[in-house]
Amino acid sequence: MVDEGEVRRIAGLADIQIPEDEMPAFTVQFNRILDYFEVLDTLGEAGAGERALHTVMRDDEPRPSLAREAVLANAPADEDGFIKAPRVM
Amino acid sequence: MSGVVIGLEIHCQLDTRTKLFCPCSTDYRDDGPNTHVCPVCLGLPGTMPAVNRTAVEYALRVAKAFHCEVPVECEFSRKNYFYPDLPKGYQITQYDRPLALGGYIEIEGDGGLEKRVRLTRIHIEEDPGRLVHKGGGDRARYSLVDYNRSGVPLIEIVTDPDLSSPKEARRLIEHLRATLEYLDVYDPEKEGSLRVDANVSIAGHERVEIKNISSYRGVEKALTFEITRQRSLIRRGVAVERETRHFVEERGTTRASRTKVEEHDYRYFPEPDLPPLRVADRAAAIELPELPAARRERFRVQYGLSPNHARTLTGNPGLAEFFETVAGDDPVLAATWVADTLLGELNYRGRPVGSVGPARFSALLALLKSGRITDRSGVEVLRIVLDGDEHPDAVVERLGLAVTGDDTVSAAIAEVIAEFPQAVADYRAGRGNAINYLAGQVMKKTRGQADPRELGRRLADALAEDGPCT
Repeated sequence: MVDEGEVRRIAGLADIQIPEDEMPAFTVQFNRILDYFEVLDTLGEAGAGERALHTVMRDDEPRPSLAREAVLANAPADEDGFIKAPRVM
Repeated sequence: MSGVVIGLEIHCQLDTRTKLFCPCSTDYRDDGPNTHVCPVCLGLPGTMPAVNRTAVEYALRVAKAFHCEVPVECEFSRKNYFYPDLPKGYQITQYDRPLALGGYIEIEGDGGLEKRVRLTRIHIEEDPGRLVHKGGGDRARYSLVDYNRSGVPLIEIVTDPDLSSPKEARRLIEHLRATLEYLDVYDPEKEGSLRVDANVSIAGHERVEIKNISSYRGVEKALTFEITRQRSLIRRGVAVERETRHFVEERGTTRASRTKVEEHDYRYFPEPDLPPLRVADRAAAIELPELPAARRERFRVQYGLSPNHARTLTGNPGLAEFFETVAGDDPVLAATWVADTLLGELNYRGRPVGSVGPARFSALLALLKSGRITDRSGVEVLRIVLDGDEHPDAVVERLGLAVTGDDTVSAAIAEVIAEFPQAVADYRAGRGNAINYLAGQVMKKTRGQADPRELGRRLADALAEDGPCT
Protein backbone atom coordinates (compact mmCIF):
# COMPACT_ATOMS: atom_id res chain seq x y z
CA MET A 1 0.00 0.00 0.00
CA VAL A 2 1.14 3.45 -0.94
CA ASP A 3 0.14 6.39 1.24
CA GLU A 4 -0.42 10.04 0.37
CA GLY A 5 3.06 11.01 1.46
CA GLU A 6 4.61 8.62 -1.04
CA VAL A 7 2.32 9.82 -3.84
CA ARG A 8 3.39 13.39 -3.04
CA ARG A 9 7.08 12.42 -3.21
CA ILE A 10 6.73 10.61 -6.52
CA ALA A 11 4.74 13.51 -7.96
CA GLY A 12 7.64 15.74 -6.97
CA LEU A 13 10.19 13.46 -8.70
CA ALA A 14 8.01 13.39 -11.82
CA ASP A 15 7.68 17.18 -11.66
CA ILE A 16 3.88 17.18 -11.65
CA GLN A 17 1.62 19.04 -9.28
CA ILE A 18 -1.34 17.33 -7.67
CA PRO A 19 -3.86 19.58 -5.91
CA GLU A 20 -4.30 18.61 -2.25
CA ASP A 21 -8.02 17.93 -2.66
CA GLU A 22 -7.30 15.39 -5.41
CA MET A 23 -4.71 13.59 -3.35
CA PRO A 24 -7.01 10.95 -1.82
CA ALA A 25 -8.38 10.00 -5.23
CA PHE A 26 -4.88 9.79 -6.73
CA THR A 27 -3.70 7.61 -3.89
CA VAL A 28 -6.57 5.17 -4.47
CA GLN A 29 -5.80 5.06 -8.22
CA PHE A 30 -2.11 4.66 -7.57
CA ASN A 31 -2.76 1.63 -5.42
CA ARG A 32 -5.13 0.17 -8.00
CA ILE A 33 -2.36 0.40 -10.64
CA LEU A 34 0.05 -1.32 -8.33
CA ASP A 35 -2.51 -4.09 -7.87
CA TYR A 36 -2.43 -4.68 -11.64
CA PHE A 37 1.33 -5.12 -11.45
CA GLU A 38 0.86 -7.70 -8.75
CA VAL A 39 -1.20 -9.66 -11.25
CA LEU A 40 1.67 -9.38 -13.75
CA ASP A 41 4.08 -10.56 -11.07
CA THR A 42 2.22 -13.89 -10.90
CA LEU A 43 3.65 -14.62 -14.37
CA GLY A 44 7.04 -15.28 -12.77
CA GLU A 45 10.54 -14.29 -13.82
CA ALA A 46 10.26 -14.94 -17.55
CA GLY A 47 11.24 -11.88 -19.51
CA ALA A 48 13.70 -10.10 -17.25
CA GLY A 49 17.18 -10.53 -18.67
CA GLU A 50 15.89 -12.71 -21.44
CA ARG A 51 14.70 -10.24 -24.02
CA ALA A 52 14.67 -12.03 -27.33
CA LEU A 53 15.90 -9.18 -29.50
CA HIS A 54 19.37 -7.70 -29.53
CA THR A 55 20.47 -4.23 -30.44
CA VAL A 56 21.70 -3.72 -33.97
CA MET A 57 24.29 -0.97 -34.18
CA ARG A 58 24.74 1.74 -36.78
CA ASP A 59 27.88 3.06 -38.50
CA ASP A 60 29.64 6.16 -37.17
CA GLU A 61 28.72 8.28 -40.22
CA PRO A 62 27.62 11.88 -39.61
CA ARG A 63 24.41 13.13 -41.16
CA PRO A 64 23.19 16.73 -41.26
CA SER A 65 21.68 18.17 -38.11
CA LEU A 66 18.65 20.47 -37.95
CA ALA A 67 18.90 24.14 -38.89
CA ARG A 68 19.21 26.21 -35.77
CA GLU A 69 16.12 28.30 -36.61
CA ALA A 70 14.09 25.09 -36.63
CA VAL A 71 15.54 24.05 -33.27
CA LEU A 72 14.87 27.39 -31.64
CA ALA A 73 11.37 27.57 -33.10
CA ASN A 74 10.41 24.86 -30.60
CA ALA A 75 11.89 26.69 -27.63
CA PRO A 76 9.70 28.93 -25.46
CA ALA A 77 12.55 31.48 -25.35
CA ASP A 78 16.04 31.82 -26.74
CA GLU A 79 19.04 34.14 -26.59
CA ASP A 80 22.15 34.25 -28.78
CA GLY A 81 21.43 30.79 -30.19
CA PHE A 82 20.91 29.25 -26.74
CA ILE A 83 17.64 27.96 -25.39
CA LYS A 84 16.56 29.96 -22.38
CA ALA A 85 15.54 27.97 -19.33
CA PRO A 86 14.65 28.74 -15.72
CA ARG A 87 17.76 29.31 -13.66
CA VAL A 88 19.28 26.21 -12.13
CA MET A 89 22.59 25.71 -10.43
CA MET B 1 48.81 10.08 4.01
CA SER B 2 47.56 7.27 6.14
CA GLY B 3 43.87 6.75 6.63
CA VAL B 4 42.78 8.50 3.44
CA VAL B 5 40.39 6.50 1.26
CA ILE B 6 39.64 7.69 -2.27
CA GLY B 7 37.56 6.28 -5.10
CA LEU B 8 37.02 7.95 -8.46
CA GLU B 9 34.32 8.10 -11.10
CA ILE B 10 35.90 9.27 -14.31
CA HIS B 11 33.86 10.37 -17.32
CA CYS B 12 35.67 10.44 -20.66
CA GLN B 13 34.24 11.54 -23.97
CA LEU B 14 34.88 9.00 -26.69
CA ASP B 15 36.30 10.58 -29.83
CA THR B 16 33.71 9.30 -32.29
CA ARG B 17 32.55 11.24 -35.33
CA THR B 18 28.89 11.09 -34.34
CA LYS B 19 26.87 11.05 -31.14
CA LEU B 20 25.98 7.90 -29.21
CA PHE B 21 22.38 7.53 -30.37
CA CYS B 22 22.07 9.79 -33.43
CA PRO B 23 24.19 10.74 -36.46
CA CYS B 24 24.78 14.38 -35.41
CA SER B 25 28.45 15.29 -35.76
CA THR B 26 30.43 15.70 -32.52
CA ASP B 27 32.77 18.19 -34.19
CA TYR B 28 31.06 21.31 -32.88
CA ARG B 29 34.06 23.02 -31.32
CA ASP B 30 34.08 25.93 -33.76
CA ASP B 31 30.32 26.20 -34.21
CA GLY B 32 27.67 28.15 -32.35
CA PRO B 33 25.26 26.68 -29.80
CA ASN B 34 22.49 24.30 -30.92
CA THR B 35 23.92 23.76 -34.41
CA HIS B 36 24.65 20.02 -33.97
CA VAL B 37 21.29 18.74 -32.79
CA CYS B 38 18.45 16.67 -34.21
CA PRO B 39 15.12 15.32 -32.96
CA VAL B 40 16.88 12.41 -31.21
CA CYS B 41 19.38 14.38 -29.12
CA LEU B 42 16.75 17.06 -28.45
CA GLY B 43 14.47 14.38 -27.04
CA LEU B 44 11.57 15.23 -29.32
CA PRO B 45 8.58 12.87 -29.07
CA GLY B 46 8.53 9.82 -31.30
CA THR B 47 12.29 9.52 -31.81
CA MET B 48 14.29 6.34 -31.32
CA PRO B 49 17.94 5.92 -30.34
CA ALA B 50 20.29 3.91 -32.58
CA VAL B 51 23.58 2.82 -30.99
CA ASN B 52 26.87 4.00 -32.53
CA ARG B 53 29.00 0.89 -33.17
CA THR B 54 32.28 2.80 -32.96
CA ALA B 55 31.40 4.17 -29.52
CA VAL B 56 30.80 0.63 -28.26
CA GLU B 57 34.04 -0.61 -29.82
CA TYR B 58 36.02 2.24 -28.27
CA ALA B 59 34.52 1.45 -24.87
CA LEU B 60 35.43 -2.22 -25.34
CA ARG B 61 39.03 -1.29 -26.15
CA VAL B 62 39.24 0.55 -22.84
CA ALA B 63 37.65 -2.38 -21.00
CA LYS B 64 40.15 -4.77 -22.52
CA ALA B 65 43.14 -2.52 -21.83
CA PHE B 66 42.20 -2.48 -18.14
CA HIS B 67 41.57 -6.23 -17.92
CA CYS B 68 37.81 -5.99 -17.34
CA GLU B 69 35.35 -8.80 -17.81
CA VAL B 70 32.84 -8.15 -20.60
CA PRO B 71 29.58 -9.99 -19.89
CA VAL B 72 27.88 -11.74 -22.80
CA GLU B 73 25.02 -9.30 -22.60
CA CYS B 74 24.69 -5.76 -21.29
CA GLU B 75 21.82 -3.34 -21.26
CA PHE B 76 21.00 0.37 -21.36
CA SER B 77 18.83 1.93 -18.64
CA ARG B 78 17.02 5.18 -18.12
CA LYS B 79 18.06 7.41 -15.27
CA ASN B 80 15.18 9.79 -14.62
CA TYR B 81 15.61 13.35 -13.39
CA PHE B 82 14.68 16.83 -14.47
CA TYR B 83 17.34 19.30 -15.41
CA PRO B 84 17.42 21.69 -18.39
CA ASP B 85 20.57 20.08 -19.83
CA LEU B 86 18.68 16.78 -20.17
CA PRO B 87 16.02 17.26 -22.85
CA LYS B 88 14.30 13.87 -22.53
CA GLY B 89 13.84 14.04 -18.75
CA TYR B 90 16.10 10.99 -18.51
CA GLN B 91 19.65 10.04 -19.41
CA ILE B 92 20.32 6.82 -21.27
CA THR B 93 23.07 5.13 -19.28
CA GLN B 94 23.83 1.67 -17.97
CA TYR B 95 22.82 0.61 -14.50
CA ASP B 96 22.76 -2.95 -13.24
CA ARG B 97 24.08 -4.57 -16.42
CA PRO B 98 27.08 -2.47 -17.49
CA LEU B 99 29.37 -3.09 -20.44
CA ALA B 100 32.33 -4.21 -18.32
CA LEU B 101 33.03 -5.34 -14.76
CA GLY B 102 36.14 -5.60 -12.61
CA GLY B 103 39.62 -5.07 -14.01
CA TYR B 104 42.36 -2.84 -12.68
CA ILE B 105 44.70 0.04 -13.48
CA GLU B 106 48.34 -0.20 -12.44
CA ILE B 107 49.96 2.96 -11.11
CA GLU B 108 53.04 3.89 -9.14
CA GLY B 109 51.88 3.91 -5.52
CA ASP B 110 53.07 6.42 -2.93
CA GLY B 111 55.60 3.92 -1.60
CA GLY B 112 57.22 3.85 -5.06
CA LEU B 113 55.99 0.32 -5.72
CA GLU B 114 53.53 -0.70 -8.39
CA LYS B 115 49.98 -0.58 -7.13
CA ARG B 116 46.84 -2.12 -8.57
CA VAL B 117 43.75 0.04 -8.35
CA ARG B 118 40.73 -2.17 -8.90
CA LEU B 119 37.91 -1.10 -11.14
CA THR B 120 34.31 -1.63 -10.17
CA ARG B 121 32.88 -1.21 -13.66
CA ILE B 122 32.94 0.65 -16.95
CA HIS B 123 29.72 1.71 -18.60
CA ILE B 124 28.59 3.76 -21.60
CA GLU B 125 26.24 6.72 -21.35
CA GLU B 126 25.24 9.91 -23.14
CA ASP B 127 26.60 13.32 -22.16
CA PRO B 128 23.99 15.94 -21.22
CA GLY B 129 23.91 19.38 -22.81
CA ARG B 130 25.86 22.36 -21.57
CA LEU B 131 24.51 25.14 -19.35
CA VAL B 132 25.83 28.67 -19.55
CA HIS B 133 25.20 31.40 -17.00
CA LYS B 134 25.79 34.92 -18.19
CA GLY B 135 27.59 37.18 -15.79
CA GLY B 136 28.69 34.23 -13.69
CA GLY B 137 26.63 31.51 -12.05
CA ASP B 138 25.64 33.50 -8.99
CA ARG B 139 24.15 36.50 -10.71
CA ALA B 140 22.42 35.03 -13.77
CA ARG B 141 18.63 35.10 -13.61
CA TYR B 142 18.21 32.24 -16.10
CA SER B 143 20.15 29.36 -17.63
CA LEU B 144 21.15 29.18 -21.29
CA VAL B 145 21.23 25.71 -22.81
CA ASP B 146 23.36 24.41 -25.67
CA TYR B 147 22.47 20.88 -26.75
CA ASN B 148 25.49 20.37 -29.04
CA ARG B 149 27.06 18.17 -26.36
CA SER B 150 23.79 16.35 -25.68
CA GLY B 151 24.26 12.72 -26.71
CA VAL B 152 28.06 12.70 -27.06
CA PRO B 153 29.28 9.23 -26.02
CA LEU B 154 30.91 8.94 -22.61
CA ILE B 155 32.40 6.09 -20.71
CA GLU B 156 32.26 6.21 -16.95
CA ILE B 157 35.06 4.34 -15.23
CA VAL B 158 34.41 3.63 -11.56
CA THR B 159 37.29 2.61 -9.30
CA ASP B 160 37.14 0.80 -6.00
CA PRO B 161 38.19 2.96 -3.02
CA ASP B 162 41.80 1.80 -3.45
CA LEU B 163 43.60 5.16 -3.67
CA SER B 164 45.31 6.54 -0.58
CA SER B 165 46.36 10.06 -1.56
CA PRO B 166 45.61 12.92 -3.97
CA LYS B 167 48.93 12.17 -5.70
CA GLU B 168 47.88 8.60 -6.40
CA ALA B 169 44.58 9.90 -7.77
CA ARG B 170 46.41 12.26 -10.11
CA ARG B 171 48.73 9.49 -11.26
CA LEU B 172 45.77 7.23 -11.98
CA ILE B 173 44.10 9.92 -14.09
CA GLU B 174 47.33 10.64 -15.95
CA HIS B 175 47.87 6.97 -16.66
CA LEU B 176 44.27 6.64 -17.76
CA ARG B 177 44.56 9.64 -20.08
CA ALA B 178 47.76 8.29 -21.64
CA THR B 179 46.17 4.87 -22.15
CA LEU B 180 43.08 6.39 -23.78
CA GLU B 181 45.35 8.28 -26.17
CA TYR B 182 47.31 5.13 -27.01
CA LEU B 183 44.00 3.37 -27.68
CA ASP B 184 43.09 6.23 -30.02
CA VAL B 185 39.65 6.67 -28.47
CA TYR B 186 40.06 10.07 -26.86
CA ASP B 187 40.91 13.65 -27.82
CA PRO B 188 42.56 15.46 -24.90
CA GLU B 189 42.29 18.80 -26.70
CA LYS B 190 38.51 18.83 -26.40
CA GLU B 191 37.31 21.00 -23.57
CA GLY B 192 35.67 19.01 -20.79
CA SER B 193 36.58 15.70 -22.41
CA LEU B 194 37.58 14.25 -19.02
CA ARG B 195 35.56 14.94 -15.89
CA VAL B 196 35.95 13.42 -12.46
CA ASP B 197 33.82 12.89 -9.38
CA ALA B 198 35.76 11.78 -6.32
CA ASN B 199 34.65 10.03 -3.13
CA VAL B 200 36.95 10.76 -0.24
CA SER B 201 36.93 9.94 3.43
CA ILE B 202 39.22 9.62 6.41
CA ALA B 203 39.11 6.03 7.66
CA GLY B 204 36.35 5.60 10.23
CA HIS B 205 34.45 8.73 9.15
CA GLU B 206 31.70 9.58 6.67
CA ARG B 207 32.58 10.01 3.04
CA VAL B 208 32.06 13.07 0.87
CA GLU B 209 31.52 13.14 -2.87
CA ILE B 210 33.20 15.95 -4.80
CA LYS B 211 31.64 16.74 -8.15
CA ASN B 212 32.58 19.01 -11.00
CA ILE B 213 36.31 18.37 -11.27
CA SER B 214 36.85 19.13 -14.92
CA SER B 215 40.60 18.86 -15.28
CA TYR B 216 42.97 16.16 -14.18
CA ARG B 217 45.16 18.77 -12.54
CA GLY B 218 42.09 19.76 -10.53
CA VAL B 219 41.77 16.28 -9.04
CA GLU B 220 44.84 16.61 -6.83
CA LYS B 221 43.87 20.12 -5.76
CA ALA B 222 40.27 19.27 -4.94
CA LEU B 223 41.23 16.18 -2.93
CA THR B 224 44.01 17.93 -1.04
CA PHE B 225 41.66 20.70 -0.03
CA GLU B 226 38.90 18.29 0.95
CA ILE B 227 41.19 16.09 3.06
CA THR B 228 42.49 19.13 4.92
CA ARG B 229 38.91 20.28 5.52
CA GLN B 230 37.82 16.87 6.84
CA ARG B 231 40.93 16.51 9.03
CA SER B 232 40.37 19.87 10.64
CA LEU B 233 36.71 19.01 11.36
CA ILE B 234 37.78 15.78 13.02
CA ARG B 235 40.48 17.54 15.01
CA ARG B 236 37.87 19.93 16.38
CA GLY B 237 35.63 17.03 17.26
CA VAL B 238 33.04 17.87 14.57
CA ALA B 239 31.55 14.96 12.64
CA VAL B 240 32.16 14.90 8.88
CA GLU B 241 28.78 15.08 7.21
CA ARG B 242 27.94 12.73 4.40
CA GLU B 243 27.28 15.12 1.54
CA THR B 244 27.99 16.15 -2.03
CA ARG B 245 30.30 19.11 -2.53
CA HIS B 246 31.28 21.04 -5.62
CA PHE B 247 34.85 21.79 -6.63
CA VAL B 248 35.42 25.49 -7.26
CA GLU B 249 38.27 25.41 -9.76
CA GLU B 250 39.30 29.09 -9.55
CA ARG B 251 39.71 28.95 -5.79
CA GLY B 252 40.91 25.36 -5.45
CA THR B 253 38.27 24.74 -2.77
CA THR B 254 35.10 22.70 -2.39
CA ARG B 255 31.75 24.05 -1.27
CA ALA B 256 28.56 22.37 -0.13
CA SER B 257 26.06 21.97 -2.96
CA ARG B 258 23.37 24.57 -2.56
CA THR B 259 20.54 22.13 -3.07
CA LYS B 260 20.99 19.37 -0.54
CA VAL B 261 21.17 16.36 -2.79
CA GLU B 262 19.37 13.69 -0.85
CA GLU B 263 19.67 10.14 -2.04
CA HIS B 264 18.04 10.76 -5.40
CA ASP B 265 15.38 8.44 -6.61
CA TYR B 266 16.40 8.09 -10.23
CA ARG B 267 13.86 5.32 -10.89
CA TYR B 268 16.22 3.41 -13.16
CA PHE B 269 14.62 0.92 -15.51
CA PRO B 270 15.77 -0.90 -18.67
CA GLU B 271 15.64 1.34 -21.75
CA PRO B 272 12.60 0.02 -23.65
CA ASP B 273 13.79 1.48 -26.97
CA LEU B 274 17.06 -0.48 -26.94
CA PRO B 275 17.17 -4.27 -26.66
CA PRO B 276 20.19 -5.71 -24.84
CA LEU B 277 23.61 -5.48 -26.42
CA ARG B 278 25.67 -8.61 -27.10
CA VAL B 279 29.28 -7.58 -27.62
CA ALA B 280 31.50 -9.97 -25.66
CA ASP B 281 32.68 -11.61 -28.91
CA ARG B 282 33.68 -8.22 -30.30
CA ALA B 283 35.70 -7.58 -27.15
CA ALA B 284 37.48 -10.89 -27.54
CA ALA B 285 38.45 -10.01 -31.13
CA ILE B 286 40.07 -6.68 -30.23
CA GLU B 287 43.83 -6.48 -30.67
CA LEU B 288 45.36 -3.87 -28.45
CA PRO B 289 48.25 -1.63 -29.49
CA GLU B 290 51.38 -1.32 -27.34
CA LEU B 291 50.23 0.48 -24.17
CA PRO B 292 52.19 3.02 -22.07
CA ALA B 293 53.62 0.57 -19.51
CA ALA B 294 54.91 -1.81 -22.18
CA ARG B 295 56.39 1.02 -24.21
CA ARG B 296 58.08 2.47 -21.12
CA GLU B 297 59.73 -0.85 -20.44
CA ARG B 298 60.80 -1.18 -24.08
CA PHE B 299 62.33 2.33 -24.06
CA ARG B 300 64.41 1.38 -21.02
CA VAL B 301 65.64 -1.85 -22.53
CA GLN B 302 65.93 -0.95 -26.22
CA TYR B 303 67.33 2.58 -25.85
CA GLY B 304 68.93 2.40 -22.40
CA LEU B 305 66.88 5.34 -21.09
CA SER B 306 66.57 6.28 -17.43
CA PRO B 307 63.25 5.38 -15.79
CA ASN B 308 62.36 9.08 -15.64
CA HIS B 309 63.07 9.72 -19.30
CA ALA B 310 61.23 6.55 -20.28
CA ARG B 311 58.21 7.65 -18.27
CA THR B 312 58.21 11.18 -19.64
CA LEU B 313 58.68 10.15 -23.25
CA THR B 314 55.87 7.60 -23.19
CA GLY B 315 53.43 10.10 -21.63
CA ASN B 316 51.51 10.35 -24.89
CA PRO B 317 51.74 8.43 -28.14
CA GLY B 318 52.68 11.45 -30.27
CA LEU B 319 55.65 12.23 -28.04
CA ALA B 320 56.78 8.61 -27.93
CA GLU B 321 56.65 8.36 -31.72
CA PHE B 322 58.53 11.63 -32.09
CA PHE B 323 61.26 10.35 -29.81
CA GLU B 324 61.56 7.09 -31.75
CA THR B 325 61.85 9.05 -34.99
CA VAL B 326 64.72 11.21 -33.73
CA ALA B 327 66.43 8.64 -31.45
CA GLY B 328 68.97 7.79 -34.18
CA ASP B 329 72.30 6.36 -33.05
CA ASP B 330 72.39 8.34 -29.80
CA PRO B 331 69.02 7.72 -28.11
CA VAL B 332 70.23 8.94 -24.71
CA LEU B 333 71.25 12.31 -26.15
CA ALA B 334 67.93 12.48 -28.01
CA ALA B 335 66.00 11.58 -24.83
CA THR B 336 67.77 14.29 -22.86
CA TRP B 337 67.06 16.94 -25.44
CA VAL B 338 63.45 15.94 -26.02
CA ALA B 339 62.50 15.38 -22.36
CA ASP B 340 64.56 18.07 -20.65
CA THR B 341 64.63 20.86 -23.23
CA LEU B 342 62.15 20.49 -26.07
CA LEU B 343 59.15 19.74 -23.82
CA GLY B 344 59.83 22.82 -21.70
CA GLU B 345 60.13 25.03 -24.76
CA LEU B 346 56.91 23.61 -26.22
CA ASN B 347 55.07 24.02 -22.92
CA TYR B 348 56.16 27.61 -22.76
CA ARG B 349 54.74 28.17 -26.25
CA GLY B 350 51.61 26.08 -25.61
CA ARG B 351 52.40 23.91 -28.60
CA PRO B 352 52.06 20.16 -29.14
CA VAL B 353 55.00 17.97 -30.09
CA GLY B 354 53.29 17.35 -33.42
CA SER B 355 54.23 20.87 -34.47
CA VAL B 356 57.95 20.08 -34.50
CA GLY B 357 59.56 18.69 -37.63
CA PRO B 358 61.51 15.55 -36.65
CA ALA B 359 64.02 16.11 -39.47
CA ARG B 360 64.97 19.53 -38.15
CA PHE B 361 65.20 18.28 -34.61
CA SER B 362 67.43 15.44 -35.77
CA ALA B 363 69.65 17.99 -37.53
CA LEU B 364 69.97 19.89 -34.24
CA LEU B 365 70.91 16.66 -32.44
CA ALA B 366 73.55 15.97 -35.09
CA LEU B 367 75.08 19.43 -34.49
CA LEU B 368 75.21 18.75 -30.76
CA LYS B 369 76.56 15.23 -31.08
CA SER B 370 79.38 16.26 -33.42
CA GLY B 371 80.34 19.05 -31.03
CA ARG B 372 79.83 21.72 -33.69
CA ILE B 373 77.72 23.74 -31.26
CA THR B 374 77.66 23.91 -27.47
CA ASP B 375 74.65 22.89 -25.37
CA ARG B 376 74.00 26.55 -24.73
CA SER B 377 73.92 27.35 -28.44
CA GLY B 378 71.74 24.28 -28.90
CA VAL B 379 69.01 25.82 -26.77
CA GLU B 380 69.30 29.09 -28.70
CA VAL B 381 69.08 27.30 -32.04
CA LEU B 382 66.09 25.25 -30.85
CA ARG B 383 64.21 28.38 -29.83
CA ILE B 384 64.84 30.02 -33.19
CA VAL B 385 63.80 26.88 -35.07
CA LEU B 386 60.61 26.66 -33.01
CA ASP B 387 59.70 30.30 -33.50
CA GLY B 388 60.57 30.60 -37.16
CA ASP B 389 60.94 28.54 -40.27
CA GLU B 390 64.68 28.09 -40.36
CA HIS B 391 66.81 24.95 -40.53
CA PRO B 392 69.19 24.50 -37.56
CA ASP B 393 72.20 24.44 -39.91
CA ALA B 394 71.10 27.79 -41.34
CA VAL B 395 70.69 29.29 -37.87
CA VAL B 396 74.18 28.18 -36.84
CA GLU B 397 75.56 29.64 -40.06
CA ARG B 398 73.68 32.94 -39.82
CA LEU B 399 74.57 33.60 -36.19
CA GLY B 400 78.05 32.14 -36.38
CA LEU B 401 77.32 29.75 -33.54
CA ALA B 402 79.68 26.97 -34.58
CA VAL B 403 82.16 26.17 -31.84
CA THR B 404 85.00 28.59 -32.40
CA GLY B 405 88.50 27.48 -33.21
CA ASP B 406 91.35 28.00 -30.79
CA ASP B 407 92.47 31.31 -32.26
CA THR B 408 89.27 33.20 -31.61
CA VAL B 409 89.00 31.92 -28.05
CA SER B 410 92.66 32.71 -27.36
CA ALA B 411 92.16 36.23 -28.68
CA ALA B 412 89.06 36.69 -26.52
CA ILE B 413 90.94 35.46 -23.44
CA ALA B 414 93.74 37.93 -24.08
CA GLU B 415 91.28 40.78 -24.55
CA VAL B 416 89.39 39.97 -21.38
CA ILE B 417 92.58 39.78 -19.33
CA ALA B 418 93.49 43.23 -20.65
CA GLU B 419 90.04 44.73 -20.15
CA PHE B 420 89.31 43.54 -16.61
CA PRO B 421 92.45 44.14 -14.58
CA GLN B 422 90.56 44.26 -11.29
CA ALA B 423 89.19 40.73 -11.71
CA VAL B 424 92.60 39.54 -12.84
CA ALA B 425 94.15 41.09 -9.75
CA ASP B 426 91.48 39.51 -7.53
CA TYR B 427 92.21 36.10 -9.02
CA ARG B 428 95.87 36.51 -8.54
CA ALA B 429 95.23 37.63 -4.96
CA GLY B 430 93.79 34.18 -4.35
CA ARG B 431 90.09 34.84 -4.91
CA GLY B 432 89.47 31.89 -7.19
CA ASN B 433 85.88 32.85 -7.95
CA ALA B 434 87.04 35.77 -10.03
CA ILE B 435 87.86 33.30 -12.79
CA ASN B 436 84.15 32.61 -13.27
CA TYR B 437 83.56 36.27 -13.95
CA LEU B 438 86.36 36.31 -16.51
CA ALA B 439 85.05 33.13 -18.12
CA GLY B 440 81.64 34.82 -18.41
CA GLN B 441 83.24 37.72 -20.25
CA VAL B 442 84.97 35.37 -22.68
CA MET B 443 81.69 33.58 -23.30
CA LYS B 444 80.06 36.92 -24.02
CA LYS B 445 82.74 37.84 -26.54
CA THR B 446 82.53 34.48 -28.28
CA ARG B 447 78.69 34.38 -28.09
CA GLY B 448 78.85 31.26 -25.99
CA GLN B 449 80.68 29.18 -28.55
CA ALA B 450 83.66 28.37 -26.39
CA ASP B 451 83.53 24.97 -24.78
CA PRO B 452 82.91 25.85 -21.13
CA ARG B 453 84.81 22.83 -19.74
CA GLU B 454 87.90 23.73 -21.65
CA LEU B 455 87.60 27.47 -21.16
CA GLY B 456 88.22 27.31 -17.39
CA ARG B 457 91.47 25.43 -17.87
CA ARG B 458 92.68 27.72 -20.65
CA LEU B 459 91.87 30.87 -18.71
CA ALA B 460 93.76 29.55 -15.68
CA ASP B 461 96.73 28.76 -17.92
CA ALA B 462 96.64 32.21 -19.50
CA LEU B 463 96.44 33.94 -16.12
CA ALA B 464 99.32 31.87 -14.81
CA GLU B 465 101.47 32.68 -17.82
CA ASP B 466 100.64 36.34 -17.90
CA GLY B 467 101.94 37.22 -14.52
CA PRO B 468 103.07 35.61 -11.35
CA CYS B 469 100.53 34.27 -8.87
CA THR B 470 101.15 35.71 -5.46
